[in-house]
Amino acid sequence: MERRTFLGGAMAVAVVGHGSRALAQQPPIKIGMSMPQTGGLAGGGKASLLGIEIWRDDVNAKGGLLGRKVELVVYDDKSSASETPAIYAKLVDVDKVDLLFAPYATVPTAPIMPFVKQRGLLLMGNFSFQVNSKVGHDMWFNNAPWGPADSWAASFLDLAQKAGGKNMALLTADQEFAQNLAVTARDVAKKRNIPIVFDQVYPPNTVEFSSIIRALKAAKPDIVYVASYPPDSAGILRAVNEIGIGDSVKIFGGGMVGLQFAAVMSNLGSLLNGVVNYNTWLPEKSMYFDGTKEFFDKYTKRAVEAKVDPLGYYLAPFGYAMGQMIEAAVAATKSLDQKGIAKYLRENEHKTIVGPIAFSADGERKETATLQAQFRGVKDKDIEQFRSSGKQVILFPDKLKTGELISPFEAARN
Amino acid sequence: MDLLLGAVVLGVLLGCFYAAVSVGLSVSFGLLDVPHVAHPAFLVLASYGVFQLNESYDIDPLLAGLIITPLFFVFGLLAYRVYHETFERRGSDAAVRGIAFFFGIAFIIEVLIILQFGVDQRSVSATYIGKAWRFGEFRIPIRQLVAFAVALALTVLLAVYLSKTFMGRAIRAVAQDEEALRLMGANPVRIKQFAFGIATAVLGIAGALLIIVAPVEPTLDRAYIGRTFCVVVMAGLGSISGTLIAAIILGVAESIVLTLFGASWAPAISFAMLLGVLAVRPQGLLGR
Repeated sequence: MERRTFLGGAMAVAVVGHGSRALAQQPPIKIGMSMPQTGGLAGGGKASLLGIEIWRDDVNAKGGLLGRKVELVVYDDKSSASETPAIYAKLVDVDKVDLLFAPYATVPTAPIMPFVKQRGLLLMGNFSFQVNSKVGHDMWFNNAPWGPADSWAASFLDLAQKAGGKNMALLTADQEFAQNLAVTARDVAKKRNIPIVFDQVYPPNTVEFSSIIRALKAAKPDIVYVASYPPDSAGILRAVNEIGIGDSVKIFGGGMVGLQFAAVMSNLGSLLNGVVNYNTWLPEKSMYFDGTKEFFDKYTKRAVEAKVDPLGYYLAPFGYAMGQMIEAAVAATKSLDQKGIAKYLRENEHKTIVGPIAFSADGERKETATLQAQFRGVKDKDIEQFRSSGKQVILFPDKLKTGELISPFEAARN
Repeated sequence: MDLLLGAVVLGVLLGCFYAAVSVGLSVSFGLLDVPHVAHPAFLVLASYGVFQLNESYDIDPLLAGLIITPLFFVFGLLAYRVYHETFERRGSDAAVRGIAFFFGIAFIIEVLIILQFGVDQRSVSATYIGKAWRFGEFRIPIRQLVAFAVALALTVLLAVYLSKTFMGRAIRAVAQDEEALRLMGANPVRIKQFAFGIATAVLGIAGALLIIVAPVEPTLDRAYIGRTFCVVVMAGLGSISGTLIAAIILGVAESIVLTLFGASWAPAISFAMLLGVLAVRPQGLLGR
C-alpha cells in the first residue's frame, strides 16, 4: 500500500468514526431543578418529582427532544428557602443545564425569582402562589391551576354566600402561602361587605388546636375559611371534631394544605366529611383528558417503590404537564432558545393530561382551574376509597362541577 | 369567663403532656449534665415505634409504648456508653463536643425515619382518639385526658423512684457529687449509664402520648427542642416535681394566649416565662 493511500484511508476512517461518535454522543438536554426531598415539603416534592420523571421516561422512549435524550439534574433543597439560590446558581453556572424547573412550593421558589429575572432565564413554576406578582418576570410559567390571585377566595366565598353565609372567620398559618391566601380572602370579604368576626394567625409548630377552635366557635361565624399547612390541617380537623364548631357554620375549609395527600386523608378518614377544600385534580369524570389515565397507571405502580404518595393527585400530574408544555414548545420552536420557548408558551394553549393550559401575561393561568370540592361519605383508614369518584364532589369551577354543596357544615358531616 | 375556664382546663391537660415529654430530659440533662439535644429525636423515634406496632398488629398505642420501653432502656444504655467513651471521658470541654454528638444522632434518627417510613405524617388509631367528653356546652378531647392521666402517673412514678429507691438515690447522688460517690466505692459511670437508660425508657411512653395527641412526622423533634429544654430549665435542673409544675404553668399560659390573645404570641410565651423565672430565681422554680 502506498503511504498516501494509507494515510488517506486512515483519515477517512477517523472522520467517519468521529462523525458517528458525535451522533451517538449528542449530549443530553439537561433540565435542572431543586426539589424538597427532606423537610416539611418533602411529601409533595417527591410526588412532584416522580411525575416529572415519568414524563422524562415517556419523552425519552419517544426519542427525546430534538433527537437528544432528556436528563434531569435534581438537588434536594431540604424545603428551605435559604438553599435554593445557591442551588440554582450552581445549576446554571456549573452544571450548565439547558432549562430550569422550579422546586415545589412557594417558599423555596420565591428567593430564586430575582436570579432568573436578572439572567433572563425561563423558569417553569411548580405550584408556587403569587411569587411573580411583584417580580414581574416575563419568562415565568406556573403549572398550577391557581389563576388570578383573588379567584381562590372568591370561589369559596361564592359557594359560602349562596349557602347563606353572611360573616366570616379566618384561621391562617403564619406562612408565606397561607398569608397570601389570607390577604386575598380579607380583600374579597371587604369588597363584598362580609364582616370578619374572627381573624387569627397561628405560628408554625402549634401542637394543640383545641383552644383556638374554642375561641373560633365562640365568635359564631357562618363561614370558616382556613388556610393551613399539612402538620396543622390534621390537628385543626381533629379539634373541630372534638370541640365542635357550632350549628351556625354553613361552610368550612377553603385553603387547607395537606388534605390533598393520601396519608393525611387516610389518617383523618371520616373527620374529612363535609369539609370544602381546594384541590387540583380529582378522580371525577370531568377531570380525564388525553393521557391522564395512562399517567396514573404508571404513577400508581412507581409510587409504591418510590415510597411517595400512593394517589399522587395533587402534584404529580402537573409535574408531568410541565414537561408536556416544554416538549410542545421545544418541538414547535425546534430549538432550546429560552426566549423563543417563552414566547410560544405565552401565545398558545397547551394540551396536557390536566386539561388545556393557557397563560396570562404574569405567567399564571388565564382562568382558574382550582377546584373546590366537598368530602363526602369518607370512611376511616382506607386509602383505596379515594380512587373512586364521589368521595370529593367538585363544586367549582362550573365546567368541571360534579355536584352541589351540602350545607350547613354539621349536616354534611354525616 | 367560660372561655377562660376552658383555656385553663385545656392548659393543665396540655401542661401534663409537656411534662411527660420533658421528664426524661430532666434526668439526662438536669441530673446527669448530658447535653442531650437528641432527646426530642428519641421521642419522635419512639412515636414511630408505637405507630409501627399499632399499624401492623393493631396494638393499642399506650400498650405499644409499654412494649418498646425496655428496648428504649437498652438503647439509652448504649447511647450513653458511646457518648461516655467518645466524649465525656476525654476532658472538660466534653459538653460542647457532646452537643455536636447529640445533634449528629438527632439528624441520623431523622434520616433513618425518613428512609423507613417516608416523609408523610403518621398517626395511630384508638377508641379514645377523635372523641370528646361533654359537660353541657363544654367539651374535652378524650385523647388529652388520656395523655394527662398517663403523663401524671409517669411523672409521679419517676419522682418516687428517684427519691425512695436505692438506685434512684444513687442517681441523685451522682448528680450532686460524682467524686464522693467514687470514694464510697460505687462506679459513677455505671450509675449514670443506668440513669440515662431510665431517661430514655420513659420516652417509650412519652412517644406514645406524642402520637396520641397529634400526628407525627420525621422532623417533629425540632418543634419540641425549645419547649422541652425550656420546661427543664424553668423547673430547676433535675427537679422532677418542678418539671411537672413548670410544664403545667407553660401549658396554661400557652392555652390562655391561644384562646384569648391571639395565636401568634404563643411561641414567645415559653421563652418569655423562662426569662422571667430565671431573672427572679436563677436556679429555676424548684432548683436548689
